[in-house]
Amino acid sequence: MSNGAMSTDIILAGVGGQGAVLASKLLARAAMGRGLPVKTAETIGMAQRGGSVFSHVRLGEDSSSPLIGRGRADAIVAFEPAEAVRQLSFLRPGGRVVTSDAPVVPVSAATGGPAYDLPAIMSYLHERVGEKNLAVVDAAAAEAELGTARVLNVVLLGAAARAGALGPVTLDDLAAAVRAIVSPRFLDLDLRALSIGDVFFRADKKGQVLRGWPMK
Amino acid sequence: MHREFLMGNEAMAVGALAAGVNVVAGYPGTPSTEVLETVARRRPEGVYVEWSVNEKAALEVAAGAAYAGARALVTMKQVGLNVASDPLMSLSYIGVKGGMVVLVADDPGPISSQTEQDTRTFAAYAKLPVLDPSSPSEAYAMMGEAFDLSEELACPVIVRPTTRVDHGYEDVEVADACDWAHREPEGFVRDPSRWVIFPALSVRAHAAIEKRDASLAERLSGYARNTVRQTAGPDARPRLGIATHGISATYVAENLSEKDDVRVLRVATPYPFPEHLAADFLDGLDEVLCVEELDPVIERALIATCGRRGLTVKIRGKLTSDIQPSGENTVESVGRALDAFLRRGEGPAGPSPCSNGPLRTDEPQARPAHAELRAEKDRPTPPQLPIRPPVLCAGCPHRASFYAVKCAMRGKKTLFCGDIGCYTLGNAKPLDMVDTCLCMGAGINIAQGVTHVEPDTAAFAFVGDSTFFASGITGVVNAFYNQADMTLVVLDNSTTAMTGHQPHPGTGRTMMGQVVEKVSVERVLLAIGLTVVETVDPLDHERAVETVRRVADEPGVKAIIFRSPCVVLARPQARSAVDAEKCVGCQRCVRELGCPALVPDASTGKVRIDAAQCTGCTLCEQICPTHAISGGERL
Ligand code: SF4
Ligand code: SF4
Repeated sequence: MSNGAMSTDIILAGVGGQGAVLASKLLARAAMGRGLPVKTAETIGMAQRGGSVFSHVRLGEDSSSPLIGRGRADAIVAFEPAEAVRQLSFLRPGGRVVTSDAPVVPVSAATGGPAYDLPAIMSYLHERVGEKNLAVVDAAAAEAELGTARVLNVVLLGAAARAGALGPVTLDDLAAAVRAIVSPRFLDLDLRALSIGDVFFRADKKGQVLRGWPMK
Repeated sequence: MHREFLMGNEAMAVGALAAGVNVVAGYPGTPSTEVLETVARRRPEGVYVEWSVNEKAALEVAAGAAYAGARALVTMKQVGLNVASDPLMSLSYIGVKGGMVVLVADDPGPISSQTEQDTRTFAAYAKLPVLDPSSPSEAYAMMGEAFDLSEELACPVIVRPTTRVDHGYEDVEVADACDWAHREPEGFVRDPSRWVIFPALSVRAHAAIEKRDASLAERLSGYARNTVRQTAGPDARPRLGIATHGISATYVAENLSEKDDVRVLRVATPYPFPEHLAADFLDGLDEVLCVEELDPVIERALIATCGRRGLTVKIRGKLTSDIQPSGENTVESVGRALDAFLRRGEGPAGPSPCSNGPLRTDEPQARPAHAELRAEKDRPTPPQLPIRPPVLCAGCPHRASFYAVKCAMRGKKTLFCGDIGCYTLGNAKPLDMVDTCLCMGAGINIAQGVTHVEPDTAAFAFVGDSTFFASGITGVVNAFYNQADMTLVVLDNSTTAMTGHQPHPGTGRTMMGQVVEKVSVERVLLAIGLTVVETVDPLDHERAVETVRRVADEPGVKAIIFRSPCVVLARPQARSAVDAEKCVGCQRCVRELGCPALVPDASTGKVRIDAAQCTGCTLCEQICPTHAISGGERL
């Protein structure tokens, strides 16, 4: 039965196809490398075709259920800003959010569904999470650096580790996990994705991003 | 033994292998698919595995193996059990020789299914024992126990995980491969009095089953996974009890502390119900809350227990609206129910662990602790979020197929019957090409049925290749023989895409790794007697439209096979790009196709192509009125 003190509860959020399941595996593997027990819950199925997906990752002894309760997550790592907002009710007061700034605009926004209002989303994140607990990763800068947008999931994990949002899990733990799981073909790319830490920016009130905010 | 980080489905596969399973068959379906895939990946020499054409075939293969004394496992999702129910209901009477486990994954929510049916209820109906695991570790251990029980009782045993157990990962202690059991099956022993079902046999079998289940219920009261625990220690005398099972038991645990003086019954064998243990649990209690997912199985069983034993304990749960009657439980839905049931937060007992922290604004509010009250009020209003229904991938050939039919039939009275698979997503705007979808293979005869009422409708039935083999063929025979007038559209992308790309009889690969002769969709249709069977590449838009127009005009049942590989498997490398000079911002491509790689610019209205998603399928290139898009390459 739980008192919540000993475990770190992290939610990974994104859009189907962005690699949430792999990110969750890397994070779990990294934590296990530290000797921590891990539980995760994954979104597998229809939502993987471009729907909202999430993984719940629970590190440490003190958890019974694979799902995290609302208001109890220590951090949200989001590969897409609207998905960070969608999961916010899970964040505990004082919890951290690390998110990409690049929207994935769904087809529905162009065919009569609700519009994608990026400035409103960024400024809401800023107000609700608070400046000191929010890290925004410039996805375009990361893509320019790496030559591809396909490893954004790993970039975000690296950023989250630097921001201290992954509890006991460090960048080195993540690198060891990448070496253990990722196929040799992508190993180099994923390790570089982890290491580009200087793509941090901080969201200001209007949702614009300001340069130059290494969190650590 | 060693520890491995395994998905629940992987853990169950390893559990079956460790128990010496000999034959494994199944049909893919979320959330069950990874069990059989893991068996295929990790099986030692001598273990046979197949993706069968459907669940009925899979169950029969497993039954045959078990008749011959092998240990057999069959895997499916809950709706697959409906397909397999015909052989299973009779098999319950006939029984097996080798252990046979029927693994059926339920999908509370539902998250990826048509129904929220509860296999615990089905098990009681079929009179088969069912085990209900709470975690990947327990699911691993239950596989071996299920095989043992099945062999001992000589009947199939159902194991019923739910999505959160199937797709949850955990550190699981598993047997080393060198320690896995190895069994030599005795072989089939001819005995018509045992293996041939006749009313006389059924009369005997039914009576024997009823007797067996009554005594088994008694015995399962002692099964170590059916438990009674007390939060305040064994000596406490609680007045309140909680009865739960499966993953819900972990939500209950998350929401209880030693301060809550309750007794908790966890039921791992919902059928036969361990009534004796339940009676011990009820002893001295005033009220019980049943926390279950899907049907009120434990709740009904407890009510029956009270009735039979003259106990006056109030049983609450779904039937009394204390627990939501449908849908998936969550940590907080269970927390709220427990708050209310234990009257926590009303007296000196203090707030429950669950009420520490804000709840989502659109959730009914349980009293947040006062510190949070202000924060709740001062919170900024959340922005409107985009909605994300699942969509066909960028470059998916199904998009082109639907679009070709749509263009060809514009202005005509039409009916578009869909089916189960990725192509159900053809329902989304702007394609909007699915008028009906019921269950595997149903679209063909639904289309037929409508035309008997409305003969002036041009009826189309869309069916994927895997679904065609699973249960489409009989539908075509029926429509053809009974003189229907309709167009069958086979969307052949050479895989079972929705569940993660499993092979099927049209792919020429088996799960044993053999390359074999494919079953040809064309030749099956011609053999049934269809005379118009045309195969076309849907990404050749003009030709595809022309083919649809021509074929739809023919009388009787005729078929179009749209053949183009799933882009997730084919991994095309080309990309298309929009020439911003030529793009006039009409957004015809976006409005007509809805490909997720086409992104209109909010300010200029011009369209950009997201290179990370585009597969260069060229469909948008072919319909752009100013020829602003180029660079793709059709597979
Ligand atoms: S070519 Fe056009 S329709 Fe095809 S994937 Fe790329 S953007 Fe989508
Ligand atoms: S997985 Fe394949 S079949 Fe399914 S939507 Fe994507 S491209 Fe289409």
